Amino acid sequence: MLDLRLYMAQRLSAMVMIPLTLGHLAVMIYAMRGGLTGGEILARTQGSLFWFLFYGTFVAAVSVHGAIGLRVIVHETFGTRGRALMLLTWGSCLVLFLMGARAVLAVTLA
Amino acid sequence: MEAAENTLEVSVWRGGEDGEYQTFQVPAQENQTILDVVSWIQQYADPTLTYRFACRVGMCGSCAMMVNGKPRWTCRTHVKKATEGADKIEIAPLRNLPVIKDLAADMDPFFDKWVKAGAVHHPTRTRDDAIETITPDEPGRVEAAKAIECINCSVCYAGCDTVANNPDYLGPAALQRAWTLYNDAKDADRQAILDNVSGVGGCHNCHTQGSCTMYCPNELDPLSAIAGLKRVTAQNFFKRKG
Repeated sequence: MLDLRLYMAQRLSAMVMIPLTLGHLAVMIYAMRGGLTGGEILARTQGSLFWFLFYGTFVAAVSVHGAIGLRVIVHETFGTRGRALMLLTWGSCLVLFLMGARAVLAVTLA
Repeated sequence: MEAAENTLEVSVWRGGEDGEYQTFQVPAQENQTILDVVSWIQQYADPTLTYRFACRVGMCGSCAMMVNGKPRWTCRTHVKKATEGADKIEIAPLRNLPVIKDLAADMDPFFDKWVKAGAVHHPTRTRDDAIETITPDEPGRVEAAKAIECINCSVCYAGCDTVANNPDYLGPAALQRAWTLYNDAKDADRQAILDNVSGVGGCHNCHTQGSCTMYCPNELDPLSAIAGLKRVTAQNFFKRKG
């Protein structure tokens, strides 16, 4: 249930996620080891265009990547196809994006 | 007691999709293939047993069956190799294909997908032109040569878990054939081949599990052929957009 277009979307989103994941891990380790409090972290992220773009891109890539992966698993496990599969793909993409966007906005909006 | 020592316990699938295993006692031989065992049952125990074979030397690709859960070319599979030390043999029709009767699987879906994968030559010249010379060491020819010994036995197709879970998937043999044609310098429409393997059942569904390459009785490597198709289609994706 993957054509070339979906395959490329999943691979390209993975390529976007690789540096972002590493950056995210590095920042987490830095923040925890440095003993930053939640308030101190928010003070740095709120109003920051950089962190908005960093995690905004991350969320967009995750939504595409995760939805396509879920599509393959559901098709191969339950045999779902056609309109139901399309709804599941777009639905899961939307849910992942909305949940991620909500978190990104909460952390980066001033 | 002596008779028991020289006897194999063989469970054979009988009937169609909703059939069941029937057990036979078959005389054990020092030198014996799975096809010998099946033939013995048909000739001496039950003449109604249905199975398929032709050449008996690993060329025609018609005798493949599931033996103790693994797809095998039965004419070239020794009983000792297939049982892997166990004293029982279970023989079933090929996986991932409809069952006609007993050990005969319906090969139609397998061959239909060869056609669907576009395994058709697109000539560069007419019959009036001289034959194009291809030297054996050209990179495309070297790549194409890797897969030309495919005997269409469907062992890779039966071994593939992606085929099992995704009925639209073209499968290793058909995709390997497409890769062979793609590397043929005499093919005039390579893009048509790539388009054929880029649809919903195309090469991009492969999970790289590698059962095809592991089970191929001719030791071909469909896994790498599919990886080649993925690589080339991905590269062409941007070229075509640009």
